Amino acid sequence: MPADAIQFEPLAEDALLLRFGDRIEPVLNDRVHAAVAALRDLPSLECVPAYASVLLRFAPAAWQGDEAASAHQRVERAARIALETRHAPAGAGRIHEIPVCYGGPHGPDLHELAQHLGLSGTVVVARHVGVDYRVAMLGFAPGFPYLLGLDPTLAMPRRRDPRTRVPAGSVAIGGAQTGIYPAELPGGWHLIGRTPLRLFDADASEPSLLAAGDRVRFRAIDAEEFADLDAARHR
Amino acid sequence: MSVRVLKPGLLGTLQDRGRPGHAAIGVGRAGAMDLPAWRLANALVGNRGNEAALECTLLGPTLRFERATWIAITGAPIAARAGDTDLPTWTACWLPAGSVLQLGRMAAGCRSYLAVRGGFDVAAVLGSRSSDLHAGLGRALQTGDTLPVGNAASSAAPANHPHALPWRLDPRPWFDFAQTPLMLLPGSHHAQLDEVSRQALHTGTFRVASDSNRTASRLDGARLQLCAPLELISEATLPGTMQLPPSGQPIVLMAEAPVTGGYPRIGQLAAADLPRLAQRRPGDPVCFRRGTLEQAADRLRRREHALDALYRQIARRLQHDGLLLA
Repeated sequence: MPADAIQFEPLAEDALLLRFGDRIEPVLNDRVHAAVAALRDLPSLECVPAYASVLLRFAPAAWQGDEAASAHQRVERAARIALETRHAPAGAGRIHEIPVCYGGPHGPDLHELAQHLGLSGTVVVARHVGVDYRVAMLGFAPGFPYLLGLDPTLAMPRRRDPRTRVPAGSVAIGGAQTGIYPAELPGGWHLIGRTPLRLFDADASEPSLLAAGDRVRFRAIDAEEFADLDAARHR
Repeated sequence: MSVRVLKPGLLGTLQDRGRPGHAAIGVGRAGAMDLPAWRLANALVGNRGNEAALECTLLGPTLRFERATWIAITGAPIAARAGDTDLPTWTACWLPAGSVLQLGRMAAGCRSYLAVRGGFDVAAVLGSRSSDLHAGLGRALQTGDTLPVGNAASSAAPANHPHALPWRLDPRPWFDFAQTPLMLLPGSHHAQLDEVSRQALHTGTFRVASDSNRTASRLDGARLQLCAPLELISEATLPGTMQLPPSGQPIVLMAEAPVTGGYPRIGQLAAADLPRLAQRRPGDPVCFRRGTLEQAADRLRRREHALDALYRQIARRLQHDGLLLA
């Protein structure tokens, strides 16, 4: 990856941001995941991927600067070398199939969203399950995935008054984005369905079901299957 | 050994150094808001690692100690009593078994730390015992809670009444009584502030708003404006990041900062000044002076050196006094 097209911005005493662009675009986000793959083995460094940027948070003592170069310059140099020499495959990411019960009590906003878009609920669901999504980044709350790939005809501005409690597992559309609430949280996105899967479990060896760069495919299930899967999870 | 919560105080959470390494899955660091005060409290009771201490907010809790132990209180000045004995802060105090420790109101500042010999030994989540209320990990202290305390060797009881060491630390280097201006580095979108706002940010006085918490300090004062609205996509955020939401009220992200955010980033507080902002309570004044990354890094290095030196000095003294098996 040519490192010259990257903007390096020191954010704090222990933080350097690598910016690939300022738009939400799959091609920029692909570069983010490739960069994380190339940088993840650098010592004393934590990578935080976002849509079009990667934050490097380093231990200042381990990258201690001197007169010749500051800690930020050392980290930047190491990052440039890693990006140019390590062609770690960004990988297609794991694929997760997420069962979702659309509409009804699990997706209380499906009807309103469909009406707003001039579509039927069935068409909205068909278009939502019809594509593969990429986990662009996780943020907002532990395990909350921002997914790339939403059919643009399904975009709808966020709710005027956000809910104070969105149930865990809710699948939602906010603007041109779609995501899944991993826990009961406040939220302003439109709830179109709900998955019985648990997206975040702090006590599990891998706490987050999804990682940035993974792929997600939704599968429509009915309320009965939702209840079965939900019961199986709690058994 | 355990400690029973008789009254929880205003907001008590267990905190250690925090939970680094999980931002990529949306989990922030959390940890003590005033890390030097947290570290010195632990040092005073001979804790040498990442032991959890209790972070109290404005009004402290009332706790019963099942067994005799050493405690230390640092951070914001707070009234502390065990039975009818007033206890000093910034030193180690011996509490006999059954002692009821009452922590009162803070005379100034916002956060005091109570460390206990052996540390509060709740289960670690993702490698840390810190509560992160924003992320839903851990929770605040409640009446009736029983807090387990780790095992740590202690010398035999020096007395059967509450009693403090004959020396204490000078809190002045570690608590900003004068509420001095804080160093702010220009952020990614600082140049997009309009002239009047830039002036107000660097010369005006703000006040900590009442809805401030461990996630963010919100600042009342001049409303700041950008020359033109910015459409931004989410990027990583950090403790100390100053954001400007559409309301024009600047907010500084604190220990429980979300890991990403999409508001304009107009500044970054120098890391050495984060504990100082953490100690400003609602209504307290906040002024900023402009600094550079080099100055901020240098101040952080010097503070860490001073803290390391004091840490070693405390360990030597405790050993010399023979009161704690450090």
